[in-house]
Amino acid sequence: MSTEVITDSTVDAPGHAEENYLQSGKGVLSWLFTLDHKRIGLMYLVSVLSFFLVGGLLAMVIRIELLTPEGNLAPEVYNRIFTLHGAAMIFVFLVPAIPASLGNFILPLMLGAKDVAFPRLNLLSFHIYLFGALFLVYAILTGGIDTGWTFYTPYSSSFASGSVIAALFGVFILGFSSILTGLNFIVTIHKMRAPGQTWYQMPLFLWAIYATSLIQVLATPVIAITVFLLMIERSLGIGIFDPAMGGDPVLFQHFFWFYSHPVVYLMVLPGFGVISELVAVHSRKNIFGYKAIAFSSVAISGIGFLIWGHHMFVSGQSEFAGILFSFLTFAVAIPTAIKVFSWVATMYKGSIAYTTPMCYVFTFLFLFAIGGLTGLFLATIAVDVHLHDTYFVVAHFHYVMVGGTLTAFLGGLHHWWPKMTGKMYNNKLGNLGAFLVFLGFNVTFMAQFVLGTRGMPRRYHTYLPEFQFWHVISTIGSFILAIAFFLILGYLMHSIFRGKKAPHNPWGGVSLEWETATPPITHNFHGQPIVTRGPYEFPEIEDVEPAKAHA
Amino acid sequence: MNSLSVQTILHQAVQGQGPAEGRFWMPPAASTFASNIDNLFYFIYWLAVIFFVLIIGTMAYFAIKYRRKDPNQRTSPIHGNHALELAWSAIPGVLLIAVFVWGFRAYMDMSVAPKDAMDIRVKAQMWNWSFDYPSAGVNTTELVVPAGRPVKLTMSSKDVLHSFFVPDFRVKKDVLPNRYTTIWFEAIAPGEHQIFCTEYCGQNHSKMLSKVIVKSQEDFDKWIEGQGKLDESIPLSEHGKRIFTERGCTACHTMTGQAGAGPSLKGKYGSQENLADGSQVLVDDNYIRESIMDPTAKVVAGFQPVMPTFKGQLRDDEVDALIEYIKEHGGQ
Ligand code: HEC
Ligand SMILES: [Cu+2]
Ligand SMILES: [Cu+2]
Repeated sequence: MSTEVITDSTVDAPGHAEENYLQSGKGVLSWLFTLDHKRIGLMYLVSVLSFFLVGGLLAMVIRIELLTPEGNLAPEVYNRIFTLHGAAMIFVFLVPAIPASLGNFILPLMLGAKDVAFPRLNLLSFHIYLFGALFLVYAILTGGIDTGWTFYTPYSSSFASGSVIAALFGVFILGFSSILTGLNFIVTIHKMRAPGQTWYQMPLFLWAIYATSLIQVLATPVIAITVFLLMIERSLGIGIFDPAMGGDPVLFQHFFWFYSHPVVYLMVLPGFGVISELVAVHSRKNIFGYKAIAFSSVAISGIGFLIWGHHMFVSGQSEFAGILFSFLTFAVAIPTAIKVFSWVATMYKGSIAYTTPMCYVFTFLFLFAIGGLTGLFLATIAVDVHLHDTYFVVAHFHYVMVGGTLTAFLGGLHHWWPKMTGKMYNNKLGNLGAFLVFLGFNVTFMAQFVLGTRGMPRRYHTYLPEFQFWHVISTIGSFILAIAFFLILGYLMHSIFRGKKAPHNPWGGVSLEWETATPPITHNFHGQPIVTRGPYEFPEIEDVEPAKAHA
Repeated sequence: MNSLSVQTILHQAVQGQGPAEGRFWMPPAASTFASNIDNLFYFIYWLAVIFFVLIIGTMAYFAIKYRRKDPNQRTSPIHGNHALELAWSAIPGVLLIAVFVWGFRAYMDMSVAPKDAMDIRVKAQMWNWSFDYPSAGVNTTELVVPAGRPVKLTMSSKDVLHSFFVPDFRVKKDVLPNRYTTIWFEAIAPGEHQIFCTEYCGQNHSKMLSKVIVKSQEDFDKWIEGQGKLDESIPLSEHGKRIFTERGCTACHTMTGQAGAGPSLKGKYGSQENLADGSQVLVDDNYIRESIMDPTAKVVAGFQPVMPTFKGQLRDDEVDALIEYIKEHGGQ
């Protein structure tokens, strides 16, 4: 590999046996109170994957229950299960998944930094995350909640039974974790880039994390205030959202979606960042339209703040507001489309390896394209009136959140797994896993598009017999998906204990994280790396002039 | 699931149900604006299909054509192409604006109810619907509407949020407590259509269903008139008994012979009644009718004239039922 980066070149040098971050410090406490961003990232990884398992099992219960029109569960049980599935997947899995696990691990490495700007704050945000998650668990154990993850009033404030306040408090606390992580990353990116690393020489993953962090810092306080007001209403009976007490239920929806729409981008932008890295590295190509991709991330996070009302086209908000929100929603489609086109164009005249991460790129593009394009139906106000709150919406956001974010997360995990663990997994099994995810996912959710257009409402515990066929198909798909996830879990675990030692730089990446040892040493780099060229200047590219910086 | 239902379901699933009863993606189009919405839906659909094939087709082509055959395979130093980037921003941009405008105009049609629309009130509560026809004084649990005439629903909820959704009409709107929301539609032809609640409202949200029953104008007029009529399959005196309790006659009258605030009505029919002015009157149909509609015209001896009039509150046939009931408990 040519030397794009000037380090003191002691990396992996024989005889230089410095402990890696996994070895330095033993025992549970050395992990729980570590200030090392890599260990914190790894702990986040284990936590989010645990919650993903919980949320996934709940989803399987839902799918099994929906095999027959009448089902077997009591309605109040079913309603609790779908609420918890949504709440767990969003608040403790999707939101922290990429930024807090992969982001924490990779971001300082990509910047050539020893750690994030505020390591203690980083640890604090992990502890807050666990504390908040504990409240969610407590809420489950003490009666659960059946409000839906959206907590719409006045049902949530005056009618629902169960531990609504505990769950809300959990969400409130989790918000602080998210804000602190975002703040930390923003400062780190501004202040700790290696000498010579201009903004345009940052890997695009960092641009995406930066845009995400902006949303975390600016939008999360709004959800914190909203759930706080809801807690006050529910516990003290002060009317804010419940019309019976003089409140306004539509106001709640405005507050809620003012956070929760940007959160869609908070969840998917880091995925975009991962895909940009993967497609470039595994095609050995400059990213096509670096600036377009970078700025579209920021544009998406900006416009993302102005379109919350598209969740409320039939809520009784004014017609004029609805039309405006519809227009702005179309506006956000453009930067998203630009990204997709650019990724595909990046593959042009590349040298594309069918590695597991690249298979996830293919899966991502396929699924996310469908997720994005079906968004157009929902952005079109007159069509949304028919589709709103049906399975079409359920299918659409699963294509975006699972097909987009989760697929990218898995791709990133497979890409950086060797770096994080020092071990290689089986590439064939990896590709099979990616294929099964692709297959199972499409079967599960394509069926739900059909259900939705034909009028099947969401959050229905029982349904009319004519919908059964597609529900059965969807459940079959979900089993394929479950098998895929257990397969992935299996070979990744196997790789930790029995896997081959990973080569230093298995994919030939040229961004800074591949300049460290594998797995990295505690302080990441010996000395300060200096950046002299862009993150995608692979030696295979014709005309790459060695050592000349490129903007 | 038995094999028969698998077959029928499969048939429905794959064949759709023919254009008249709905296409693969959409349920039957049963309101005047439904077909416009469907055209828009299919326009976006084909646009999406074309873009999807372009994107994924190109991806697949590149993935095969440029797959790594040799580890040192050279790649091309392309950083971007302004013309191409401009094109793939501008072309979708123009198409999206077209879709937006179409959607916006269709939405305006759906939002503004015609002036001559028939008014129906919708009340939602956990977990049922009820429909009021203010001009006819009728209340139902299924929505009955005439075909070919615009209908405007003014909706409100007694408790939490609900949402009124008729897939075949392509209409949906949340129903809120303490606030009125409205929708309108014009059903094309007689038939039956499903109503769903689409805003999660607790335990039995999925059971909060009802039907729209579309009748021809003529049948509708008959229906609404018939709504005022008593069910003929039940004996008239049975209706009388029910009305006697429902309307609170029992507060003052018994059928046991024991007087309350008013005389017992047992054995009255066909007898001679002594009035407060000293005269006598035969208790027959006309006398009973008069006693109910104009109680102070002839006051029974020994009683205060406290009976309220039921004029305008009871229909003719209801009074007949009451008379029949009293007759049944008559003397001789
Ligand atoms: C508030 C008490 C009250 C209620 C309610 C009431 N009545 Fe009377 N009703 C009286 C009294 C007192 C009389 C006798 C004085 C009179 O004739 O006005 C009477 C008289 C009558 C008589 C004549 C009886 C006779 O012996 O000649 C009839 C028939 C009658 N009521 C029918 C009804 C019916 C049917 C209803 C219900 C739709 C009804 N009443 C409700 C108080 C009541
Ligand atoms: Cu949104
Ligand atoms: Cu409901």
